[in-house]
Amino acid sequence: MNQNPLQFTAHTGHVAPLDKANVDTDQIIPKQFLKSIKRTGFGDNLFDAWRFEDEGVIGKPLAERKPVHDFVLNDARYQTASVLLARENFACGSSREHAVWALLQYGFRCVLAPSYADIFYNNSFNNGLLPVQLTHAEIDELFTRATDVKPIEVTVELPNQTVAVTDGPSFSFEIDATRKKRLLSGLDEIGLTLEYAEQIRDFEVRHRQRNPWLFE
Amino acid sequence: MTSLYDRIWSAHVACERDDGQNLLYIDRHLIHEVTSPQAFEGLSLNSRNPWRLSSNLATPDHNIPTRNRAQGMSGIDDPIAKEQVVTLDDNCKKFNIRQFELLDVRQGIVHVVGPEQGAVLPGMTVVCGDSHTSTHGALAALAHGIGTSEVEHVLATQCLVQRKSKNMSVDVIGELASGVYAKDIILGLIRQIGTAGATGHTIEYMGEAIRSLSMEGRMTVCNMSIEAGARAGLVAVDDTTLDYVQGRPFAPKGSRWHKAEAAWRTLRSDADAQFDTEVTLDVTGLAPQVSWGTNPQLVISVDEAIPDPATFDDAATAETAARALDYMALRPGELLSEKPLDKVFIGSCTNARIEDLRAAAMVARGRSVSSNLNAALVVPGSGLVKQQAEKEGLDEIFKNAGFEWRDPGCSMCLAMNDDRLMPRERCASTSNRNFEGRQGHLGRTHLVSPATAAASAIAGRIVDVREYLQ
Ligand code: SF4
Repeated sequence: MNQNPLQFTAHTGHVAPLDKANVDTDQIIPKQFLKSIKRTGFGDNLFDAWRFEDEGVIGKPLAERKPVHDFVLNDARYQTASVLLARENFACGSSREHAVWALLQYGFRCVLAPSYADIFYNNSFNNGLLPVQLTHAEIDELFTRATDVKPIEVTVELPNQTVAVTDGPSFSFEIDATRKKRLLSGLDEIGLTLEYAEQIRDFEVRHRQRNPWLFE
Repeated sequence: MTSLYDRIWSAHVACERDDGQNLLYIDRHLIHEVTSPQAFEGLSLNSRNPWRLSSNLATPDHNIPTRNRAQGMSGIDDPIAKEQVVTLDDNCKKFNIRQFELLDVRQGIVHVVGPEQGAVLPGMTVVCGDSHTSTHGALAALAHGIGTSEVEHVLATQCLVQRKSKNMSVDVIGELASGVYAKDIILGLIRQIGTAGATGHTIEYMGEAIRSLSMEGRMTVCNMSIEAGARAGLVAVDDTTLDYVQGRPFAPKGSRWHKAEAAWRTLRSDADAQFDTEVTLDVTGLAPQVSWGTNPQLVISVDEAIPDPATFDDAATAETAARALDYMALRPGELLSEKPLDKVFIGSCTNARIEDLRAAAMVARGRSVSSNLNAALVVPGSGLVKQQAEKEGLDEIFKNAGFEWRDPGCSMCLAMNDDRLMPRERCASTSNRNFEGRQGHLGRTHLVSPATAAASAIAGRIVDVREYLQ
């Protein structure tokens, strides 16, 4: 486990395959859980409406819930999964960062998918969740393997940008160099930006001279 | 060669960090109760202060009840929702941020309130912890929906870490027929390009059909840019824009207005601007659009039959469509007009401005809501929209027809308050998302224009509003 929650270097874990395209953030964490003013406590309600038969209510203990038996996260094979395998346009819709918090707090450290919605992709890096983008063919192959009787294990290494299936193939992925550096260092984005406070102030002065009406 | 997006972008890059990231200076930050508490907490934990107080404007909208507004906070029964609204109040007081409180007539859905107050102006950069921030692009403002970490970042630094997006032009040609509205344009577009069709892009809407829209209509179009995956949507400045902005409380006045106006007139793309992606949508003959599935791409014309998933060419869409049919309890070949509705919702940041209420009222006038409906709600987008509608007598038209006339808020758009669908209820809704459970656990949402929603409330099923306008 990393000490710094914003940091991601490498991770090895089992893969849970969520075979649906266009999964929206309303599904990842339904709105009733957004009433919380805290940053924690969302893991129990990850994919709530798909995971449970009964309607989820804030604070209802897991023991009282009725699981949907054929939902992937309720499958005995994937109980220890910490890598989520998903389809295209993952996490579209609402900007709620709670979706990233819920995935992390449930125990996922990494998502593998062919494409992501922009806001979610951004939010992930601000919380130390690594969204890996692989090709459609690679994702297809992972789905074939991950739905076998035995769960598969992968090792995701950010420094050399690879996803390796234990006793199986290994894929490399692209990631923007800046984002990669930030995840590796686990640096706080606000702290980084505030190092440029002087430049921001200078810009602000010029901007105000040009557009005084923006500062009323 | 310069596009509108390029113009606003380059006027706002404060600097480039050593790591290559751009810091985009933010002019206006809109805040609501749901995505801000953790950001304020972060500020406090790190002993940081907001960078520029006057850029922030807050109002509660997502979580609040749409009844008993006069009771203020004590009218909020749900203790968890109440805590969130109280927390926004506390944070605004603590940090000295301007808020239109629950009892302020200017309170409303944040994306309705911003333009209405002139708090969003052409050429601005705007952010809000809400994906429908794209609405403000109608004013030629570059407006991004952001996550809570970014809300904290903008509060603390007045900047958003951004990389430049790709440019997409959407040329909307042709003329809208009577009974067909801005909502039908955007539903038609998302049907054409898909929910990820504009991922990584800022869309600029152009063409005669966009120029002929009112500001309200343009806001409806830009609002749903995010449903096509776009980072933002924009419309160039013209007389319609300037007429709308002039005289609003936060807009510049006197000589400042003239200076601003001259600057704003340049907020358009050069004739030879290059776009990474170009799309054309011909709205000639476009019929009222309605969603049948569980994402805003699964859309048909009101008189079309439900499609067969097997006819979709890509496997992922076919799979999504099949799942949607199941969830929506529909079969290929069926007509939506055969399906009784249980509720109708007229509201949300997509369609709760005065023009939307007028369009719906025109249809509702002198008619009555079908007895098979459990509820038909009209929820104005802000206190001022409500006031204006009442001045015009629209509330009476709605009430006489059997609609409920509510207080402003997000309401059944996302059903965080009591306004919601019961399991398996079917609803015609003017909101923007038809995701599973969006309007209530197991609820079934059909996205439509306000006029179609009103006609459908009368008929008790989804109908072609053009038959109600003759
Ligand atoms: S009306 Fe709906 S889409 Fe708009 S801000 Fe409120 S919840 Fe979001």
